[in-house]
Amino acid sequence: MADKKVRFIIERQDGPDEKPYEQEFDVDYRPGLNVVASLMEIQKNPVTVDGKRVPPVTWECNCLEKVCGACMMVINGRARQACCALIDELEQPIRLQPARTFPVIRDLLIDRSIMFENLKKIQGWIEIDGSWEVTNAPIQNPYTAQLTYKLSQCMTCGCCLEACPNVDYSYLGIEGLREAKSPVTADFMGASPVAQAYLFNLNPVGAFDKPKRLNALMEKGGITSCGNSQNCAAVCPKSLPLLDVLAQVNRDVNIQALKNMFNF
Amino acid sequence: MAKDMSKKRIAVVGGGISGLLATIKICELGGEVDLFSYCPVKRSHSLCAQGGINACMDTKGEHDSIYEHFDDTVYGGDFLADQTAVKGMVEAAPKLIKMFDRMGVPFTRTAEGVLDLRNFGGQKHKRTCFSGSTTGQQILYALDEQVRRWEVKGLVHKYEFWEFVKIIKNKEGVCRGLVAQSMNSMEIRAFRADTVILATGGPGQVFGRCTASTICNGSAVSAVYQQGAEIANPEFIQIHPTAIPGSDKNRLMSEACRGEGGRVWVYKDGKPWYFLEEMYPAYGNLVPRDVASRAIFKVCVHMGLGINGENRVYLDLSHIDSGYLERKLGGILEMYSEFVGQDPRKVPMEIFPSVHYSMGGIWVDRLHNTNIPGLMASGECDYQYHGANRLGANSLLSAAYSGTVSGPEAMRWAKTGQRGSELTDAELEAARQEVQSEYDKILQMNGTENAHQLHHEMGDLMYEYVAIERDNNGLDKGLEGLKKLLKRWDNIGITDHSKVANQEAMFVRQLRNMILYAMAITKSARMRDESRGAHAKIVLENGKRKLDKDGELVFMGRDDEKFMRVTIVNYDPKTEEPIISYREFDHSWIKPRLRSYK
Repeated sequence: MADKKVRFIIERQDGPDEKPYEQEFDVDYRPGLNVVASLMEIQKNPVTVDGKRVPPVTWECNCLEKVCGACMMVINGRARQACCALIDELEQPIRLQPARTFPVIRDLLIDRSIMFENLKKIQGWIEIDGSWEVTNAPIQNPYTAQLTYKLSQCMTCGCCLEACPNVDYSYLGIEGLREAKSPVTADFMGASPVAQAYLFNLNPVGAFDKPKRLNALMEKGGITSCGNSQNCAAVCPKSLPLLDVLAQVNRDVNIQALKNMFNF
Repeated sequence: MAKDMSKKRIAVVGGGISGLLATIKICELGGEVDLFSYCPVKRSHSLCAQGGINACMDTKGEHDSIYEHFDDTVYGGDFLADQTAVKGMVEAAPKLIKMFDRMGVPFTRTAEGVLDLRNFGGQKHKRTCFSGSTTGQQILYALDEQVRRWEVKGLVHKYEFWEFVKIIKNKEGVCRGLVAQSMNSMEIRAFRADTVILATGGPGQVFGRCTASTICNGSAVSAVYQQGAEIANPEFIQIHPTAIPGSDKNRLMSEACRGEGGRVWVYKDGKPWYFLEEMYPAYGNLVPRDVASRAIFKVCVHMGLGINGENRVYLDLSHIDSGYLERKLGGILEMYSEFVGQDPRKVPMEIFPSVHYSMGGIWVDRLHNTNIPGLMASGECDYQYHGANRLGANSLLSAAYSGTVSGPEAMRWAKTGQRGSELTDAELEAARQEVQSEYDKILQMNGTENAHQLHHEMGDLMYEYVAIERDNNGLDKGLEGLKKLLKRWDNIGITDHSKVANQEAMFVRQLRNMILYAMAITKSARMRDESRGAHAKIVLENGKRKLDKDGELVFMGRDDEKFMRVTIVNYDPKTEEPIISYREFDHSWIKPRLRSYK
């Protein structure tokens, strides 16, 4: 038991425009071990299976409870959170790769700032007058509230973008490290920001700005760029009902387009 | 266009709930914010708060009152919290909930569509508003969204993936800026600021395995401590009774489990023994965290009754309707299933106490000013509101409330404070250069120690001597051990010399700060010869732990005469050791009484 090892094949990259290469590491097995805990073990003794001492693997993580969204990477070909990827449930050797739909900073570390920029585009907030006392918020239908609670658990991890054939942000620049390259043809913003737009449209006060959000989703990169591959729902770590959301928003956007046409 | 020089520029370090609310308040008052964070602020550790946020809404026909929230908090904190500060917080609580509701926080609702309330530890009325079992995530997201609005309006400039390194003081000793480093490009830059607010959260990582995120290392707090900021009450570290033990982290199982009817038990003489209900009939499973943790520790470690002889007890929800559980606790039950592989709706969970929260932190006045003019602290990184022990669901409240106080105060200071001279370009560059050369030195370290290995050893040391049960022998050993670790830090070897995202070099810098903060915790615990709240000290007799006639450990009692005082820790730059003193505080509202939950 004590000498049972877990083999990792990790795709590394020394900087944004460097060539990727692979390194293999062995980690001592223990029950309940996950991918982040394994990477932490590698940090304590960063030696490859060939006995070479190398710089520790670079990646991003915070909460290790599947709520912060930081540790998303591609594990055995599938985009997911590394903290809850249990070794017992993975085929070995375990292959770790960065989510290349985003610019890679180094190793498994990627730049997802575009996801937060897209939340600006869809106006992902409620237009409150201020943080001072105004009035009580309106009562909400508890059944709708259950759906909004579900949608509000989106942790901006980017699994749905990585899995989608219509999203490719790899050309983007990285602040302080690299300029943007020329954009590619795939231009969808991904399911996540669309679901967020839907979330705010469901709020009784947020609904006041529904036309603005729908108009934003009519633009390039919006809902019309969705190719309906349905990969997003399959990989969402929070099991958001993304297919229903995309279908509903698509209808809402079409209705909005008609309203725009007839000046409603 | 000429730059508007009358515009006030505030640096907020940390984008959790406290930092974001301070940011919103500053923008509403016309200020601009440079917001620094280890991560996109939406991934801050506030999102790990699960169970809820306390506010006297009194919508359950229980005649709850703000006074009772006040009294429960002061009593729960074993009479070490500034009572006037607590009073301000509990009075503001219902207004904060209404504000969050307007911002769109998806609180769990009753059938008639208003906010539901649940029970929580250390309080006898339903007083806790919640969003399922991910309340912190939902409140953080709402604030993140509001801050994004201000970002679009150009008043917030985010520096995400930038690490705060130190503050810059002018020649009068006033904080006028800070130095930070990009965690991706490794660029080191000095920033001017009219006020600096630290909202950097707790120091959980000092204990290695804890319920905190990997970013909660207390490094920023330690940095300003070394620059002259006073630390208060650092010995009060909350141990949460119910966490899933793990080698990478102990994952929190919310107190809401007990609030919704969960029972804690072990087998004794072949039958389930609901020991909390037996030991504390008045509160049962809803005793405060320090009390529950010590009881679980006793049952496992001293009585040897843990599950299969291991340090685990059952937290049982399996008697509760699964639809109800899904609605009220869904998120964390899913987490338990995912990480443990068992369904808590069907079988009892196995849990054990874990380091969770720091009641202590940077000393602040009631407006969140530190002893360094121009430097403020807000949220878990300050010492305010919780005294010797924090009640569950009061942390989201103190995080939010402190931001609504520190934000406006930062603007007041920026406009009318005695700020002395502006930093010159030369002073700014000198501060940057100092950090640069310290960083360059780290890159050249070629000793034999691995920083992550040292961190692991520090966690073991802190758990052994400075956690749930303390005695002066152990605390002396702990302090010696930390000094040795500090020496060994000098012998670290760096394998990573990269100029891109060099996480190893940054961690080495953080680790030194963590060791120095751990020394402040340990020395403060050593000096406080009493038991109060989360700090429980065993009496020594002839150098051994004293036992009573039934063979039970004898703990020191609470000593109001000597220790109803705030511990103040100053850093001694010569020896690098903490200097301890005590300070009076305001307890004018509620007279101290014996704290017992029996």
